[in-house]
Amino acid sequence: MEKRKALIELKNITVTFDGEKVLDDLSLSIGDGEFVTLLGSSGCGKTTTLRIIAGFTEPDAGQVFFGSKDMNGVPPHKREVNTIFQRYALFPHYNVYDNIAYGLRVRHIPEAEIKEQVADMLRLINMQGFEKRSVTKLSGGQQQRVAIARALILKPKVLLLDEPLAALDLKLRKDMQNELKNIQKQLGITFIYVTHDQEEALSMSDTVVVMNQGKIQQIGTPVDIYNEPQNAFVADFIGESNILDGVMKCDFEAVFAGHTFRCLDSGFSEGEAVDVVVRPEDVDITSPENGMVEGVVTSVTFRGVHFEIIVDIGGFKWMIQTTDEHREGDRVGLFIEPDAIHIMKKSEYSGLYGDYSSYSDEIDELSDTSEE
Amino acid sequence: MKKTLSGIFTAVIYIFLFAPLLVMVFFSFNESKSTSVFSGFSLRWYRELFASSDTVTALKNTLILALLSAFIATLIGTAAAVAISKMKRGAARSAVMTVTNIPMMNPDIVTGVSMMLLFVFVGRLIGSATSLSFATLLIAHITFNLPYVILNVLPKLRQTDRHLSEAAMDLGSTPLRAFFNVVLPQAYSGILSGFLMAFTLSLDDFVISYYTNGATFQTLPLKIFAMTKKTVKPDMYALSSVIFVTVLVLLVVSNLIGNNQEKKAVRKN
Repeated sequence: MEKRKALIELKNITVTFDGEKVLDDLSLSIGDGEFVTLLGSSGCGKTTTLRIIAGFTEPDAGQVFFGSKDMNGVPPHKREVNTIFQRYALFPHYNVYDNIAYGLRVRHIPEAEIKEQVADMLRLINMQGFEKRSVTKLSGGQQQRVAIARALILKPKVLLLDEPLAALDLKLRKDMQNELKNIQKQLGITFIYVTHDQEEALSMSDTVVVMNQGKIQQIGTPVDIYNEPQNAFVADFIGESNILDGVMKCDFEAVFAGHTFRCLDSGFSEGEAVDVVVRPEDVDITSPENGMVEGVVTSVTFRGVHFEIIVDIGGFKWMIQTTDEHREGDRVGLFIEPDAIHIMKKSEYSGLYGDYSSYSDEIDELSDTSEE
Repeated sequence: MKKTLSGIFTAVIYIFLFAPLLVMVFFSFNESKSTSVFSGFSLRWYRELFASSDTVTALKNTLILALLSAFIATLIGTAAAVAISKMKRGAARSAVMTVTNIPMMNPDIVTGVSMMLLFVFVGRLIGSATSLSFATLLIAHITFNLPYVILNVLPKLRQTDRHLSEAAMDLGSTPLRAFFNVVLPQAYSGILSGFLMAFTLSLDDFVISYYTNGATFQTLPLKIFAMTKKTVKPDMYALSSVIFVTVLVLLVVSNLIGNNQEKKAVRKN
């Protein structure tokens, strides 16, 4: 990836609400034309980060730079970024045209020019002919598009999006993901996108910033984040992971689950305690004799494209995704290729995640309106 | 059975509520002076009422006072509601709300007497001989109107999406412009019903006006009270009927506004 010029820089930002640290010494650099996603569960500080950039929240400590310009104390209406709000925040007493035209009217642009630009925007979002429609009578997806047009008409260099798709149903969400990505590519502007949906983050972004408890856990490309998680939190939050306690015997050899596995990781000291990540789709199930370790199937769930199988090995429950059918109570062996094993240094999150003992169907949180 | 019972119950309640009013309106159209025999339909008392310059002046005074006090109370009350809605929940906010509600909960007579004392006291301080005047009456009316305006506007502001004004600012408008463009229109119905309520309250206030008005400025309720001290003439029924109908119309209008808003809100969801 080419080196991009930093467009926005956050330096050591700390924000405290009622004595609680929402952002803790957060630093982040965002390049021109980049699609950056802030990913985390509710309360992790991702929306606050966005509001810091937009100017709705002032940091208690730290600085925000747009280019080389220090933005601390600059009010929102003087910042050249625009925001898509979670519930769109369209002006209910205006029609579609007036909503989209608002930013230009504030800038006293001649009405003839506004008319032209609004028409362009309506073409971009594919909503020609909706000018006179009341925004309260639009569907969720249409409201979303009007919100996008309202922000983009000002030709911002940076667009901030706060869970823009959270209120849409699944099918529409997928369509809008593509549409947003296309708009971003077409206009070449920087998107800073906030979501709690890891799938959305992985499929849309150039860079994913995983956040938890006001701190950045990892910054990287979607592939890096998935394949090389830095700690147990990231490994658990992005996709499914079996995370085990292990010990490095030497370079390229790790001991866990009572067996010595060959792996591709090195640079740890001999005998160092580590966290081992194995993705459920990377485990092969064989007969007990042919496996590296063996255990008992304790539950099987059909997921459509695959089965989700929980296997108990010495008290630790593994999740394995396979297309082969197995039944509860079957004795099976597990076979793991060296490149399926990822070794991480111990962190504050060690031991908190990655065991499927208490596994049940996780319910996606809907949105984090409690944050802010 | 249950249905008929509850029907009868409702009917009785309405009779108790409206019988006095109906009797009054009925006799305001009586031709003779009698309050016991209806001798024929006539508009005589209405004619007499509006022929009396005293009464017309009092009516004019009442309307001026009601309009002016309602208008000022709406301005101040809306500003107060905006400020309160921006306060964080906590002791300070509940304190403000309690203080706001005092003029509403306080017996009128206490408010009236205490205000009179205040006005006379301040009047002495600044060396004015006639300390009670139109101004004091106006201040008193604004005071007791304020909580009603605040209570009408505040819920509307709370319902308004907080992100609306942020969105406006995000698009480049100043905080002040964002408020007038986006927030105020959302609270419009609350402001209007607050104004109407303040207007009606001011229109029919007697007790507080009684203690705070000057010798030169008489409102209709005060005038009626003065009239009843002599003999009760049917022109008073006419006058009271006029006031009743005015208030009724205002109430219906303000309810219609409220209903319309609710329907809109329902449609939105």
